[in-house]
Amino acid sequence: MNWYHNFADDFNENFIEQDRWKLLLEGLGNTMLITAGALVLGVLIGIVVAGVRSSFDKNQETLKKRGGFGYGIFAFFNMICKIYLTVIRGIPMVVQLLLFVFVFLPKIDELPVAIIAFGINSGAYVAEIFRGGIMSIDQGQFEAGRSLGFNYFQMMRFIIIPQVFKVVLPTLCNEFIVLIKETSIAGYAAIMDLTKAGELIRGRTFSAFLPLIAVALIYLVIVMILTWLVGLLERRLRKNER
Amino acid sequence: MNAENNALISIRDLKKHYNDGKVRALDGINCDIQRGEVVVIIGPSGSGKSTFLRSLNLLEIPTEGSIIFDGVDITDPKTNINLHRQRMGMVFQHFNLFPNMNILKNMTCAPMTLLKKSKQEAEEKALDLLTKVGLADRASAYPSQLSGGQKQRVAIVRALCMEPEVMLFDEPTSALDPEMVGEVLEVMKSLANDGLTMAVVTHEMGFAKEVASRVIFMDEGIIIEEGTPDEIFNHPKSERLKDFLSKVI
Repeated sequence: MNWYHNFADDFNENFIEQDRWKLLLEGLGNTMLITAGALVLGVLIGIVVAGVRSSFDKNQETLKKRGGFGYGIFAFFNMICKIYLTVIRGIPMVVQLLLFVFVFLPKIDELPVAIIAFGINSGAYVAEIFRGGIMSIDQGQFEAGRSLGFNYFQMMRFIIIPQVFKVVLPTLCNEFIVLIKETSIAGYAAIMDLTKAGELIRGRTFSAFLPLIAVALIYLVIVMILTWLVGLLERRLRKNER
Repeated sequence: MNAENNALISIRDLKKHYNDGKVRALDGINCDIQRGEVVVIIGPSGSGKSTFLRSLNLLEIPTEGSIIFDGVDITDPKTNINLHRQRMGMVFQHFNLFPNMNILKNMTCAPMTLLKKSKQEAEEKALDLLTKVGLADRASAYPSQLSGGQKQRVAIVRALCMEPEVMLFDEPTSALDPEMVGEVLEVMKSLANDGLTMAVVTHEMGFAKEVASRVIFMDEGIIIEEGTPDEIFNHPKSERLKDFLSKVI
């Protein structure tokens, strides 16, 4: 019984007193906001970068043959994408976040800056996931599409992308899980995310166990829900395979 | 008007080189394909016959030479090749049906997008063609649920949905189980009888003998001999063709 009373007291002190649970709620809200914003931005960047990189690889020969500016412009954008991937994947996320918040965009609110920083970072990984997916589609699918008379974009839209989406879904889900958890470093830039909220409670109550366990459980539950949702989607998409 | 201008496709001095000319897949092909003709291309593997066929709709980009399709030089970089590909159907060794669409969608996707046909119109045409190849009941199935022979028959009618002026067949029966080869050849035979212009790369000598209006024998990237099936199979002139025939027949 003693253990129970201690737990109840601890719980009361850490979550109920001074409405400390509201800190966690606010933190969770910011974590979700950063994750959702970064996810959308990351996927958009990823599609563009993967599109440029894979279509340059696939159409290099044709473009060269056709001559003119087309090849040069395409090669230039391809180079930009390569530099982006190298820089973003070569620097730790914490350093990137601090650079964005304190160096590149110091005059803007931390929260939108964090969304931008996480989005740009995630975009690099998503781009490579998409590119891997595009490259994994059998060359015959591209040829069949082109032989019917589809131009490159129509072929990608109607034939390739729907197949790519199915292939990359598990890996993409993995990237989102990583992203959710990576936002826990937002506290470095004085952003009140879920982890920071737990830390704040710990600092005020001087008890580490409950706040940190609560934070850990919340992350776990979010990731489990996401995994479940993606599982549903995957099963749906797999309908047309025997 | 000479014969050259009447040809549906005329190929002039077509070359395809790799590695700065070290590998010569095609080394100067000259050939005309007339409307209504069934041209069968035979030859040992690595002879360039598939490369040749795939050059006709620019899936392979030739290093040199020109391909005049219905009066337009499609090797000219300024030509919109997509418009010309709509008029050249292609059937592949490995079918290449779209696994994310059912059979009907596979067939109606291109006509609806490219020819701006209405859904109803495209589906009517597709079902009509499916009926002709005996697959009307599989319209809502997905490619993974079909046998190889069925897939290839669908691939043929998918190309036909675009109402092409010429059909290119790239070893259409090579990936099939022996007992399914016949059903695909039957479909091709009936297309030939309907007067469709066809260029066929195949190892089926029986088909070549029976259906071809002209047989082309290729080796090492050039045309060694061409003529009627009778000339090629019964009176071969070159040693290489005699040698090839002694191995395959």
